[in-house]
Amino acid sequence: MVKYQGVTGIHMTTLTDPPKETFRLSMLINDTRYRSLTFQAIAAIILALSFWYLLNNLFQNLAAAGLNISYSFFGESAGYDINQRLIEYDSQSSHGRAAVVGILNTLLVAFLACITATIFGVVAGVLRLSNNWLVSKLMAFYVEIFRNIPVLIWIIIIFTIMTAVLPAPRAFRGDEPAASMLFGSAAFTNRGVYIPGPWFSRPLFDVAVLNWLLVLAFLVGSFFGARALGRWATKVQEATGDRPVTWYFSLGIWLVPFLALMVIMGLSWEYPALKGFNFSGGIKIGGPLIALWFALSIYTGAFIAENVRAGIQAINKGQTEAAASLGLRPGRVMNLVVLPQALRVIIPPLISQYLNITKNSSLAIAVGYADITATLGGITLNQTGRAIECVLLLMLFYLTISLLISAFMNVYNSSIKLKER
Amino acid sequence: MKKTFVLGALTVAGLAAGAAQAATVDDVKARGKLNCGVSTGLVGFAAPDANGNWGGFDVEMCRAVAAAVLGDSNAVEFVPTTGKTRFTALASGEVDLLARNTTWTFSRDVDLKFTFVGVNYYDGQGFMVPAELGVSSAKDLDGATVCIQTGTTTELNLADFFRVNGISYEPVPIETNAEAQQQYLAGACDVYTTDASGLAATRATFENPGEHVVLPEIISKEPLGPLVRHGDDNWGDIVRWTLNALITAEELGVTSANVAEMSGGTNNPEINRMLGTEGNLGEQLGLEADWAMKVISAVGNYGESFEKNIGENTPIGLARGLNALWTEGGLIYTPPFR
Repeated sequence: MVKYQGVTGIHMTTLTDPPKETFRLSMLINDTRYRSLTFQAIAAIILALSFWYLLNNLFQNLAAAGLNISYSFFGESAGYDINQRLIEYDSQSSHGRAAVVGILNTLLVAFLACITATIFGVVAGVLRLSNNWLVSKLMAFYVEIFRNIPVLIWIIIIFTIMTAVLPAPRAFRGDEPAASMLFGSAAFTNRGVYIPGPWFSRPLFDVAVLNWLLVLAFLVGSFFGARALGRWATKVQEATGDRPVTWYFSLGIWLVPFLALMVIMGLSWEYPALKGFNFSGGIKIGGPLIALWFALSIYTGAFIAENVRAGIQAINKGQTEAAASLGLRPGRVMNLVVLPQALRVIIPPLISQYLNITKNSSLAIAVGYADITATLGGITLNQTGRAIECVLLLMLFYLTISLLISAFMNVYNSSIKLKER
Repeated sequence: MKKTFVLGALTVAGLAAGAAQAATVDDVKARGKLNCGVSTGLVGFAAPDANGNWGGFDVEMCRAVAAAVLGDSNAVEFVPTTGKTRFTALASGEVDLLARNTTWTFSRDVDLKFTFVGVNYYDGQGFMVPAELGVSSAKDLDGATVCIQTGTTTELNLADFFRVNGISYEPVPIETNAEAQQQYLAGACDVYTTDASGLAATRATFENPGEHVVLPEIISKEPLGPLVRHGDDNWGDIVRWTLNALITAEELGVTSANVAEMSGGTNNPEINRMLGTEGNLGEQLGLEADWAMKVISAVGNYGESFEKNIGENTPIGLARGLNALWTEGGLIYTPPFR
């Protein structure tokens, strides 16, 4: 209105002063410039007041019931044992340490499930678009079956089948045992899978972890070496049009330093053996971990497959046809043209799926897997009766982890998204 | 899942405070039904039969309280609770009474703010193993995988027992008795540990109970009894004296068969006071004068209930042992009705 007057004023060249703006209280409601702000402010105040009311109510009731928020139980001895420990822990350790054991177990299963779910998802998603009728229908069947049955049911089904079908350790006993080890070195039992574990007979460090960190450092070094080699090959290709054959160099970069390190440190294998009630020695992958890991992977894999399919189908068919008309083979069309563009459609929903895996891992207690919900939110909560404290911490943990995963994936997303210049 | 926890915690906090003022007995009468927390299924103690009717030793405690307060032993809503959910259910007011083989411990009494009204079964934690393992003592269990119900005192006792004896084990935490049974039978664990009464009850449901043995070691004291929330002493009194009436009835020879006749008046003043023909004990509790008569005619006395549900002539087959009357060498004893 005001602007309009100004503009016409100039046109008519008879300058009239625009009316002096005065702010009246009624403008908060009647003026569209302020109205939305007014309503938002009112809503914000109501929201803040209701939160304040809820919290105040909580604290008043807690005080009336003689309860107080205290985390002092964290330093007290937990008194219970945990079957899967990635760090030192026994029943005399503190509740705090039990929570850390749980956190590590949650992270372990979430990490493993994210990797396998991605593999399942990408394979199923790509194959679902296959021209082979049987393959594409099989994948459609997989997706529809697995994503339409709750993940808790899958976890329990897999765990129950494992315990019922696989032999108990005592079946391996005796002169003519009912069950025998695979290649004499791996045992599949209903308590878990026992596989040979590597160890070093001539370790460079006294602390075992440092040796493994050294191995990891070598692998990271090889990774960067191989990448530099790839960059060099691309540069040569761009300059001359011919890509030098580098795969044996690349293989060498990966294998030679790694094998040399293994020989120097004297890599040996410890085989599991039946001792007393259970197998001992080697690495034990517990039944609950397997059930949870596998269930989360196939369940979330079905969702990821749909994300991948959607991403691929989002790419204009013209792109494929143009690439094909340039003479690229179907595999290269997928790798060089379709997937790089599809990734920017795939990644954002993939982040949600990773978050789902992490949060769904809290169903672990259904099969007795000692994740953070089972230790801090289960046994510790029960033994100390500190429900509110434990639940607040649990929320904080899952929130932190989810936000971290989002942040990492968003960084990745921005690195692969379409560069618009 | 997380959300439910928080809402649950908020509700607990909210209702625990509310419940402190309201009289539970009035709520129960207004509702016309007693909400009673029981286990999710432990044959002999609390389990639904084929028709969905709950029965068992703990269930009869619920029925006795319902008979005392409402005059109808069937006016009970049974709420199955797990080891983990039971205390929240009681603290939040979801149940008025928890009769679920719950061990009376210091921290539950003091820190969790519950009132244990008495002991209706003296128990202790034991171990069950398949007979074919040839194990004769719990001290031979080094390296064994042990199935254990999570959220109970048993997992703490277990950790202590193995630590004190310097042997190792691998715990398999399990939510309910039924799951534990399945894992144990599949051989996913070598040992199942819980209260000895629970072991006997579980074993009784096996196809071949003879293939499993309960080891002689009892590694803890587990006095089991009904409990209520702190802050409503009148309700606590009603539950306590219902239990005491069951025990006193056995001591004085009052049974479900003769209680009707005895409530006409006897020459034993304590029976008369309990059954309401003398004095005003019922009125003092805020109940009808013949409350105890209704209790005993509905579920029988302590001994009858024991024999009917878990005694030696049932598949559970528990001897009275510590749970015999004090006059017969056991620990079951009540203060007098006076």
